[in-house]
Amino acid sequence: MSDPVKTAPVPERVDGTTVLEAEPKGRTGWARVLLGRDAVMIYALIVVIVIAMIAVPRFASPVTTGFLLLDVIPVLLIAMPMTLVIITGEIDLSVASIAGLTSAIMGVLWQAGFDIGIVLVISVLAGVVAGAVNGFLVAVVGLPSLAVTIGTLALFRGLALVVIGDNAVANFPPELTAFFTSKLGATGIPTVMVGVVVVILFFGVLLHLTPFGRGLYALGYSQEAARFVGIKVARAKLWLFVGTGTVSALAGVYWTLRYSSARSDNASGLELAVIAAVLLGGVSIFGGKGSIPGVVAAVLLIGVINYALRLGRVSDVVLIIVTGSLLIASVVAPSVFGAISKWRHDRRVHRELPQATTSGAASA
Amino acid sequence: MTTTETRPPSAAQPEAKRNSPLSAVLRARELPVALALVILVTVTAIANPLFLSPQGVKDLLLNATIIVILAVGQAIVIITRNVDLSVGSILGLVAFMTGSLFANVEGIPIPVVFLAGLALGAVLGAINGLLVTLAKVPALVITLGTLYIYRGVNNAWAGGTQYFAGDRPDAFGALSVDTFLGFPVITLLALVVVVVVGVFLAGARSGRDLYAIGSDPEAARVFGLPVGRRVFLAFVTNGLLAGLAGVLYASRFNSVGATTGSGMELDVVAAAVVGGVAIFGGSGSVFGAAIGAILLTTITSALTALRVDKFWQQAIVGVLILAAIIIDRIASVRTARKLRISEARDV
Repeated sequence: MSDPVKTAPVPERVDGTTVLEAEPKGRTGWARVLLGRDAVMIYALIVVIVIAMIAVPRFASPVTTGFLLLDVIPVLLIAMPMTLVIITGEIDLSVASIAGLTSAIMGVLWQAGFDIGIVLVISVLAGVVAGAVNGFLVAVVGLPSLAVTIGTLALFRGLALVVIGDNAVANFPPELTAFFTSKLGATGIPTVMVGVVVVILFFGVLLHLTPFGRGLYALGYSQEAARFVGIKVARAKLWLFVGTGTVSALAGVYWTLRYSSARSDNASGLELAVIAAVLLGGVSIFGGKGSIPGVVAAVLLIGVINYALRLGRVSDVVLIIVTGSLLIASVVAPSVFGAISKWRHDRRVHRELPQATTSGAASA
Repeated sequence: MTTTETRPPSAAQPEAKRNSPLSAVLRARELPVALALVILVTVTAIANPLFLSPQGVKDLLLNATIIVILAVGQAIVIITRNVDLSVGSILGLVAFMTGSLFANVEGIPIPVVFLAGLALGAVLGAINGLLVTLAKVPALVITLGTLYIYRGVNNAWAGGTQYFAGDRPDAFGALSVDTFLGFPVITLLALVVVVVVGVFLAGARSGRDLYAIGSDPEAARVFGLPVGRRVFLAFVTNGLLAGLAGVLYASRFNSVGATTGSGMELDVVAAAVVGGVAIFGGSGSVFGAAIGAILLTTITSALTALRVDKFWQQAIVGVLILAAIIIDRIASVRTARKLRISEARDV
């Protein structure tokens, strides 16, 4: 307890309640943008890039940009709709299996001699249907998405096996596979990044600038409240799962053409990498919190660290420790900071309102 | 400690008296999955008598053993409304340590290896439990992180090294070959685990606490249950069982290395869910989880025995998981409706 003599004068209001002058206000305006969670993520990304450019030989080159981006594109793509899904408090574990199923369908149709355009359209439609199955079970039937998508994770991967078995199809049109690894001039940026940026912008605008997107945050905080203010909960969730299915199919198409190989086990295990990146990007697993810029920065951060360490001859397999530690640190740190600021808040209340401790008003 | 807590006498449920033992059996969440298992085994045995030959049964049991132990541990954690995705990595790490102990320490006694495996599993589980209870971060996120970290440690330690059956004493490998009363020894161990944990969860006060915590963590806290300590112990127990499974894995399978047990976590969660353990906690039993695990492993063998194309197996497992969730949903909706009607009648 602090000495009452040293207590600062507390302004008394008409109704007898007191105001704490020293209580920090929430950030507003530019401070909010520049000191927020997303900004910290972007600073971390810049710092890591600068350190890598200085410390790792051969990192600062267009070759790096190219391979780094080619590597992160599947995770980057799927992380976009996944962000929206997790913000509504749901999860989709079946994304990698949908990508695998798409890849298998592509391989079989191409081998059967269909035109490549038709092959691509049918493959992506398969993803739309797969996403709709998830969405139907979660949004319409009302089952928990964690359980449903564990089931469809097995189901879609199983269907991929049914479709293509243990074959691999590799003879895709060379001009198409070459396009998927080509670069934009001398910048080293892969040409397909144009499409990826379109996807990022689409989901960024959808989430942050449309009533539908803002409604998703409300939905993540409280489904009941969201329903009362007129958000169509079931329809929103159904569309989000269709979204993850569609984008996962695009990622499957990319995976197939980039490695020029259609196999049933393509992209397996990718779901956990995507979710790790999304959570690192500041999206709350409880829903209601998160943003697209933060997630993009997180995906790139993991990509840069992995690429730099690999260049620095750190063994590939050990790198997953980095992903794991980053993920845990990113969720434990806010909790620790939260505890510290609560402790400071409590101490301030005790110091400035010594009488409150006896009346029990500060216990809240 | 918990013994000082007082509970209102009304905690005993009056409506429980009205139900006969038979209807309790019929309403059990384990019933659909147990029936499915019986039907599956019967149909397969009729179509292919070799399926239930002594060797066939032994193979079925051996295949189920490890996943049963993991599913029991996972069920404890899921009942408290948490989840542990790191079990595959814990199993891998312990299995590799087992192989490495036998290969590098001359004449190490088998019980010592078991104890070391259990201890390592418990420590890894305790790390999960500490992070979840102290940092108050959802278990899904924490254990996804430790999934990667434990696997990374395993990779760093093992590198390209693998230990094979030749590196371990014959008596250790014999655990999963020898039978006692027709059961393989490691299966009997799993059975003991299921019964002990099952009785504990059904009868012991701290076991019942887990259900209360899973049904409503806030209410459990207000009621005075030591929520943090119970959840922590659930994770430690799960780690311990994953450690046991890791040691048995090294006995059962020919080689252990950097990737042992990877990807197992979702199978384990699926087994628990198929066995009627609700993914949002508060209901289900380890018996159900064990039967779910046996069903999932048996279906693979049954499809082979029925000469179903092996490529269909995983898709069928997926359909089975979805069916289990839907059946569970229908059952809980019906229970809720019945409760509403009986409550309305009492008023």
